[in-house]
Amino acid sequence: MTLKPRLDAAAAAANMAEIEPAYSDQQAKVEADRCLYCFDAPCIMACPTGIDIPGFIKKIANGNNTGAGRTILSANILGASCARVCPTSVLCEGACVLLDRDQKPIKIGRLQRYATDHVYRKGVNGLNPSVPPSGKKVALIGGGPSSLGCAAELVRLGHEAVIFEKKPEAGGLNTYGIAYYKMPPQVSLEEVALVKSLGVEFRCGVEVGKDIAMDEILKEFDAVFVGIGLGHTHMLGVPGEELPEVVEALAFIEEFHTRPLHEVEVGRHVVVIGCGNTAIDAVTQAKRLGADTATIIYRRDEGDMPAYAYEYDIAKTDGCDFIFRAAPVKILGDGAVSGIRLVRTRPNGKGGVGPQPGTEFDVPCDMVIKALGQQKQGELLESLFPGIKLAANGKIDVDETTRQTSVDRVYAGGDAVNGGREVVNAVAEGKKAARGIHQALSGEAVEGPVQPTRIGVTGKPMGSGFNNPVRVPELERAYASGQKGS
Amino acid sequence: MADLSINLAGIKSPNPFWVASAPPSNTAYQCHRAFEAGWGGVVWKTIGDPIVNVSSRYSSHDIGGMRMVGFNNIELISDRSIDVNFKEIRECADRWPDRAVIASLMTDTRENWHDMMKRAADAGAAGVELNFGCPHGMCERGMGSAVGQNPDVIETIVGWVMEAAEIPVIVKLTPNITDITQPARAAVRAGADAISMINTINSVTQVNLDRLCPEPYVDGKSAHGGYCGPAVKPIALNMCHSCAADPEVNIPISGIGGIGNWKDAAEFIALGATSVQVCTAIMHYGFRIVEDMIDGLSEYLDGKGMASVNDLVGKAVQSVDRWEVLNLNYKRIASIDYDKCIGCNLCYIACEDGAHQAIALTDPGERGLGPGRLPGKPIPEIKEVECVGCNLCSIVCPVDQCITMVDIETGRPAMSWKDYQDKLAKGEIDPIPAHP
Ligand SMILES: Cc1cc2nc3c(=O)[nH]c(=O)nc-3n(C[C@H](O)[C@H](O)[C@H](O)COP(=O)(O)OP(=O)(O)OC[C@H]3O[C@@H](n4cnc5c(N)ncnc54)[C@H](O)[C@@H]3O)c2cc1C
Ligand SMILES: Cc1cc2nc3c(=O)[nH]c(=O)nc-3n(C[C@H](O)[C@H](O)[C@H](O)COP(=O)(O)O)c2cc1C
Ligand code: SF4
Ligand code: SF4
Repeated sequence: MTLKPRLDAAAAAANMAEIEPAYSDQQAKVEADRCLYCFDAPCIMACPTGIDIPGFIKKIANGNNTGAGRTILSANILGASCARVCPTSVLCEGACVLLDRDQKPIKIGRLQRYATDHVYRKGVNGLNPSVPPSGKKVALIGGGPSSLGCAAELVRLGHEAVIFEKKPEAGGLNTYGIAYYKMPPQVSLEEVALVKSLGVEFRCGVEVGKDIAMDEILKEFDAVFVGIGLGHTHMLGVPGEELPEVVEALAFIEEFHTRPLHEVEVGRHVVVIGCGNTAIDAVTQAKRLGADTATIIYRRDEGDMPAYAYEYDIAKTDGCDFIFRAAPVKILGDGAVSGIRLVRTRPNGKGGVGPQPGTEFDVPCDMVIKALGQQKQGELLESLFPGIKLAANGKIDVDETTRQTSVDRVYAGGDAVNGGREVVNAVAEGKKAARGIHQALSGEAVEGPVQPTRIGVTGKPMGSGFNNPVRVPELERAYASGQKGS
Repeated sequence: MADLSINLAGIKSPNPFWVASAPPSNTAYQCHRAFEAGWGGVVWKTIGDPIVNVSSRYSSHDIGGMRMVGFNNIELISDRSIDVNFKEIRECADRWPDRAVIASLMTDTRENWHDMMKRAADAGAAGVELNFGCPHGMCERGMGSAVGQNPDVIETIVGWVMEAAEIPVIVKLTPNITDITQPARAAVRAGADAISMINTINSVTQVNLDRLCPEPYVDGKSAHGGYCGPAVKPIALNMCHSCAADPEVNIPISGIGGIGNWKDAAEFIALGATSVQVCTAIMHYGFRIVEDMIDGLSEYLDGKGMASVNDLVGKAVQSVDRWEVLNLNYKRIASIDYDKCIGCNLCYIACEDGAHQAIALTDPGERGLGPGRLPGKPIPEIKEVECVGCNLCSIVCPVDQCITMVDIETGRPAMSWKDYQDKLAKGEIDPIPAHP
C-alpha cells in the first residue's frame, strides 16, 4: 500500500483552509452598499429557494444583521451552507444587473455567509413554528439537504417530522462530501442542530430497508419523504479496478470529513478519472493533501467538461494537470497501483467518443480516483416501494409542484429525483414537497411567502426562483428571445 | 418583540412609520399598496383647490455614484379634485381600520378651512395635517410657507381650524425660517394637537452648464424647488430636537426629513418624534423599504431591552444641551489602529491643511509594512500633545474603526464655560491661556 498521510496537521489545515474567508464588518458594509436594491431583482429569480436577496442585503447595509439572517433562513433553512457551496456565478450572482453595467456582481454568497454567521453566533427568533400541532407525522428517509429543507418546513407548518439517516450524522453530502476549502463539515452539523432545534427528530444510524422496514414506517406515519440522494460511483469496467489504491471519489472525500486531515492517506501521483465537479473536488483536494502530482483524465475535450469554469480555475491554480481526449484501458500494477494505461479518443460520429486503436500510452501513478458520476438508486427504490414509477434513467418520477411520487403518501426530492444538482435545489425541492404533503394532510395550500419586494404589486409577478428557478444561461436565452417579462 | 404601536395626539397606528404627504400618497391605489407593505399611516397628498403642474418637476443632487443624496421638486399640491380625494380617503379608511389615514389640507379663508375640516372628518380621516410648508408656487399665492413663515398668521389660521376640529390636528412646519420654535409655539398657542416637520427646504440643486439654466427645466426656465432626501436629515433632526426640547412646545411631534431606514427613524424618535414620515426614500425604492424599518427597529428595541417604541421617544433630547454647559475640561484625542490603516494619509493632510497640524508623517520603523504601504513610505502619527480632539481625521479616514477618539484623563474637575466665567469673576482661577 503506497498511500499514506503526506502533510503535518498545520500544513494540511493551511492547504485546506477556506478559499473565501468571512467578510469583516467593513467589507460586508461596503459590498452591501453597492447593491442597487433592484425591484423584481433577477437574483431572486435565479435562486431556487427564492431568498429575498436585495432585501437581506439592504438589511446588512442598514445594520440589521439579525433581520438579514432571518430573511435568508426563513426562505432557505440551509442558507449558511448554500452561502458557501452554491455555484453563485451561474445562480444569483450570474444574474446580477451590475454585470450589464460592466461591474462585478454583488458578492451575494459572501454577504449571505456574513449574515448567517451572525445569526449562528447571536441566535435568531422567528424561525420556529407559529401554528398549533396538526397531530400528523411525516417520515423522511435520508438526512441530506432535501430532507432537512422538507423537515424544517413541515415542522413550521405544524407537523411532526422524523428523519431516518443511515450514517452516524445527518447532513448528507453537506456533511460528508463538500470540498473542504469551500465548507468544513462543522457548518453542516450546525445546520442540522438548527433544524433539530425547530423540533425535527433525528434517528441516525438507521438504514431504511435494513434496520427498519418500509412497511413499518408507512404504518406509523401519515406521509413519507424520500431524500436518499444518489448511490455509488459508476464502475470504470477495466482490468485492475480491484486494486486497493483504486477508490471512489466520494469515499476519498468522506475520509477527510471523518478523520483529522493529516491522517488522510493519499498517493504521491494521483490520477482522477472524470471531469465533473466531483472530479475537480477530488483532484484539488488530493493535491492540497500533499500529492506531488494530481491529474484529471477526461475522455472529451476541455470545452466539453461538465465542471463549472470557476471550479476548473481552482484546479488549474492548484497546479493540477489535465489529460484530455483519453480514456482508461487498464490499471497497471501487481498488488498495488503502479500506473494507468490510456487510449486516445476520437469522435465516434454519434455525438460521443470512442477509442483510437494503437494510441495507448501509460501514465505512472500510485492512486486512481474514480469520479464518473453517481448511480441512481433504482434498485433500492424498487425494493422500498414496489411499483414506484421511475424514469428510464432511474430517477424518481414526481409531480413538479407537489413532489408526489406514483406511490400514495410518498413524496420525493433532491438528487434522487433531479439526478444530482445542487444543495440549493435539494432544499427547494424538499420545501416544495413539505407544502405538497401539507396540502394533502390538511387540505390547505401554502402560498409564498410573498417576498417583501413583491407585496402589493399589481400585475403578474415576475416571480421568485422558488416557483420557477432560472439558471443564468436560461435567463440569457430568455432575454435574447425577448420572452423575459412575458 | 417590542410593541411598535403609537398614539400621536389620539391618532393611533400599529407602527410609527407614515408615508409623508407627497406623490407616494397621491391616490387610494398607492395608499393600499403602502398599507399592504406595512406602513402604519399615510398622510394624504395635500388637498386643496386642484392646481396645474408643470413638466418637468424634479431634480437631484448626486454625489459620486450615489443618486438622490438630495432631491428637489417644483410640484404643487394635489392636482386631483377635492371630491375625488375625500372619496378615496373614505375608501382607504374603511378598508384599513387599524391604520392612520391623515388628510393633508391647504386652503385660504376661514369658511374654506371649516369646510375642509368637516369634509376630512366626514371622510373618516384619523386626523388632519395642515400644510404650512410648501416653499414653492403655493407660497406665491399666500399659502404654504407664506403662512408657515409668519407665526401670527399661523396662530390665526390654526385658530380657525380648531374651531371646526372634530379630529386631531397636526401643523406641518416649514424649515425655511430662522427659529423653528417660533411657528411651533404659535401652533401650540392656537390649540394644535401636534406638529410635524420638516417640509422641504428652498433650493437649486444644479445648473445645467450647457443650457445655463437649472434643473428641473421647464421650457427655458426653472424655479426654486423644495429640497428633501438624505441630505436634509441633519437639518430636520436639529429642528425636531429644538421643538422637543422647548418646554413651550408641549405637543407630540411627527418627524420628517431624509428618513430612509430604521436607524434614521430611531434617531428622530430618540430626539422627540412620536411618528416619522417618509417621502424621498419611497420615491427612490418603493413602499417595500418599510419591511426593514419595522424589523430593524424591533431588533434595536429588543437589543436595548425596551418593550415599546414609546420608551425610546425623546430619550436623547436631554443629551443635546446649550454649548455653555459643556465640560471644558473633557479631552479626547485621536488614536490610529495601525493594523487597519491602509496608508492613504488623508488624515494627515486633513489635519495639516484643514485643522490643527497634530499629525506627523513618520518613518514606519518598527510598525513595518501595513497593507497598501510602500517600503519606507511615511505613516501618520498623532502628536498627542497637539491634538485638540476635533474628530476631523476620524471622519476623513476611509476605514471603519481605524482612527478612534479616545478619552484622556485630564485630572481636572468638570468645568463649563458658565462655571469658568463665574470662577474668573470670583478670582478663583487664572484665565486659560490662548492657544499658541
Ligand atoms: C463530491 C460532491 C461535491 C459537491 N459539491 C457541491 C457544491 O460545492 N455545491 C453544491 O451546491 N452542491 C454540491 N454537490 C451536490 C450536493 O451535495 C447534492 O446535490 C445534495 O447534497 C443533494 O441532497 P440530497 O438530500 O438529495 O442527497 P444527499 O446529500 O446525498 O443525502 C442523502 C442522504 O440519505 C441517506 N440515505 C440514503 N439511503 C438511505 C437509507 N436507505 N436509509 C437512511 N438513509 C439513507 C444518505 O446517507 C445521505 O445522508 C456535490 C456533490 C458531490 C457528490
Ligand atoms: C415631489 C414632492 C411633493 C411634495 N408634496 C407635498 C405636499 O403636497 N404636501 C406636503 O405637506 N409636503 C409635500 N412634500 C414634502 C414631503 O412631505 C416631506 O416633508 C419632505 O419631502 C421631506 O421628507 P423626505 O426627506 O423623506 O422626502 C413633497 C415632497 C416632494 C419630494
Ligand atoms: S419615473 Fe415614470 S413618470 Fe417619471 S419620467 Fe420615468 S417613466 Fe415617466
Ligand atoms: S486616514 Fe486612516 S487609513 Fe488613511 S492613513 Fe490615516 S489612519 Fe491610515
